[in-house]
Amino acid sequence: MAIEAKKYPMPTQEAGARVHNFDEVALGYPVALAKQEAARCLNCKNRPCVQGCPVNIQIPDFIAHIKAGDYEGAYQVIAQDSALPAVCGRVCPQESQCESKCTLGVKLEPVAIGRLERFAADWHLAHHPEQPERPAANGHRVAVVGSGPSGLTCAGELARRGYQVTVFEALHAPGGVLSYGIPEFRLPKAIVAREVENLRALGVKIETNVVIGKTLTVDELFDDGFEAVFIGSGAGLPRFMGIEGEGLRGVYCANEFLTRANLMKAYRPDAATPILRGGRVAVIGGGNVAMDAARTALRLGSKVDLFYRRSLEELPARREELDHAVEEGVTLHLLCNPVRILSYENPDDPRDPKNGSVRAMEVIRMELGEPDERGRRRPVEAPGSEFIWETDCVIMALGTSPNPLIKNTTEGLAVNRWGGIIADEDTGETSRPGVYAGGDAVTGAATVILAMGAGKKAAQAIDQALQKTL
Amino acid sequence: MYRIVQKTALNASVIQMDIQAPLVARKARPGQFVILRVDGQGERIPLTIAGCDEQAGTVRIIFQMVGATTLLLGQKAAGESIPDFVGPLGTATELVGLQRVCVVGGGVGCAIALPIAQALHAQGANVTSIIGFRGAEQAILQKDFAACSDKLILTTDDGSLGRRGNVTVPLGEMLAAGETFDRIFAIGPLVMMKYVVETARPYGVPVTVSMNPIMIDGTGMCGGCRLTLVQDGQRVARFACVDGPDFDGYEVDFDEAMARSRMYAPFEHAAREHVCSLLAQAGEA
Repeated sequence: MAIEAKKYPMPTQEAGARVHNFDEVALGYPVALAKQEAARCLNCKNRPCVQGCPVNIQIPDFIAHIKAGDYEGAYQVIAQDSALPAVCGRVCPQESQCESKCTLGVKLEPVAIGRLERFAADWHLAHHPEQPERPAANGHRVAVVGSGPSGLTCAGELARRGYQVTVFEALHAPGGVLSYGIPEFRLPKAIVAREVENLRALGVKIETNVVIGKTLTVDELFDDGFEAVFIGSGAGLPRFMGIEGEGLRGVYCANEFLTRANLMKAYRPDAATPILRGGRVAVIGGGNVAMDAARTALRLGSKVDLFYRRSLEELPARREELDHAVEEGVTLHLLCNPVRILSYENPDDPRDPKNGSVRAMEVIRMELGEPDERGRRRPVEAPGSEFIWETDCVIMALGTSPNPLIKNTTEGLAVNRWGGIIADEDTGETSRPGVYAGGDAVTGAATVILAMGAGKKAAQAIDQALQKTL
Repeated sequence: MYRIVQKTALNASVIQMDIQAPLVARKARPGQFVILRVDGQGERIPLTIAGCDEQAGTVRIIFQMVGATTLLLGQKAAGESIPDFVGPLGTATELVGLQRVCVVGGGVGCAIALPIAQALHAQGANVTSIIGFRGAEQAILQKDFAACSDKLILTTDDGSLGRRGNVTVPLGEMLAAGETFDRIFAIGPLVMMKYVVETARPYGVPVTVSMNPIMIDGTGMCGGCRLTLVQDGQRVARFACVDGPDFDGYEVDFDEAMARSRMYAPFEHAAREHVCSLLAQAGEA
């Protein structure tokens, strides 16, 4: 039987309907589609997809279980290597990882590995509400800083080995970027909550409202009896352009806009936290965060235009996110960059409440010049091409850097010139004995799965180091 | 959960609370702040720390019931708890080496000015305090300021207590009469801090102001609390939560900060009205 040339399409909420709600867009494969898609896997000998996965999930094995109708078995295969399958099945950039290596992909579309992973994870969530059992304690204590993907993974790995793990979270709710950054319509918060509950069942303690570097320092954690510290504090520090008018009322960075919407639930009519709704919104940037901000603004009733300074080819967002954004009505302006933001000022009424708010941006068209050090063609301004774009709100989604709070309060912790903690790629070891780091705090803003991979490796290294002291 | 150990009304709308938060109490220094939530669905609001008792493990906050969240917080009784209380955030006020200082507080800003005046007094500095209120009914903390000030001047807008007029009037008179200060600390409404800076400018006295903009996380993540400083003609963005809340008053773009502070004015008004009507209904029932 000939193999289907294309992936079986993911059922989604229709674009016209979904822009009016925050429910999940991609609905997941039903059983029949999952089995059909699983049947596309060649189960080839050299298994290149496994190498494409940062945590080396045994992909052909879990797909074989789906093919055979053993969905819980498929989940168990994934769970051996991934702490957060339901999260990764949704937000991993599979097209540039496992699926990019798929043998089928040489001639046809690769197997939809991500969709199948999500299917297996959702099956487990729906049919197996039981929580994992708490393993016997080994008497060792480890502190984890940050409850995002790397911290949760590290905590889970260690807890399964009997460590007494305490996770310190600065915000009032755990999850890190999974809670404050990624919107509900891409990653329902109930899934994050379930993963956190599983960790608690394993004995992991989560202390919210503790800012390491302020409430407690890394040194104090050791004084308190923790034998190792894993830092997974993420890359929370937002970048701005440094252009005129960025301080106006109505200019957000994507972190703030998304945190208001996601963590603080500002999209709900009865929310205690405000957010600007309606009107015209301009999003600046071309990454996944820019897409999340644009699609969130659409759902809050705004007309949304997205400005990116390079061309479609360089646009870093996942294709699926871009396609969803465009389907939903986000208008793209490629090779365009704002040079200043203009304010509303009523010359006749200094008390006009609109004074000091965003009125428009001046935008310049860009051309692609010589390639930069990373091989991407550098955008250069086209002189005289400026135009005025009227808007009520500007959201800057220009990327983030590691937060300096921990570096500033931990003596002897070496960082690179971007502020990323210097850590061994295989073990997460830093310049301070007993201190490990991973995820965006090390790499700068990257992906959930890379952060998880780093958390897992660090957990293994911590285990090895502490076993020696037994 | 964080228990409210003690609650006192300082006037009709200003409440003082001591909150059980030993980790915060152990670290807090004058000028730093906390972020709290009143209930599980509530917004996060920053409040500058008004003092703490390390032995008892309590942190003192003083707030005016002006918005929905502070109104709800004001309804809580001693013995009740709030779910979230995180800190100490921000950098502590720089007090080292100061010998002759003027502390200017406006309204509920006096709650934040007090620990600074107390710390300066404790390190042996000569402290002149100027505290201003709308009227006698709004005045708070007079005795506390008297106890740590070599000279205390009280002003009210309506003249019902102390001198009539703004805090800038006596400050301007003192400076004009040749009074010298190593530094002026100004803490209060944005417009008051702006005019304290303008009053001091001709005399070149350094002014530290304490900024309290809208913020969410308090750790440098959301960027909502950013303000613009003008340094050597260059406009630079700073985050009040991690770079402040103290700033050189001569560098702050107050007009922009005032415009930004009105970002959610209609929402805040509606939320306040909603809470007020709920409280009124509860009162009738």
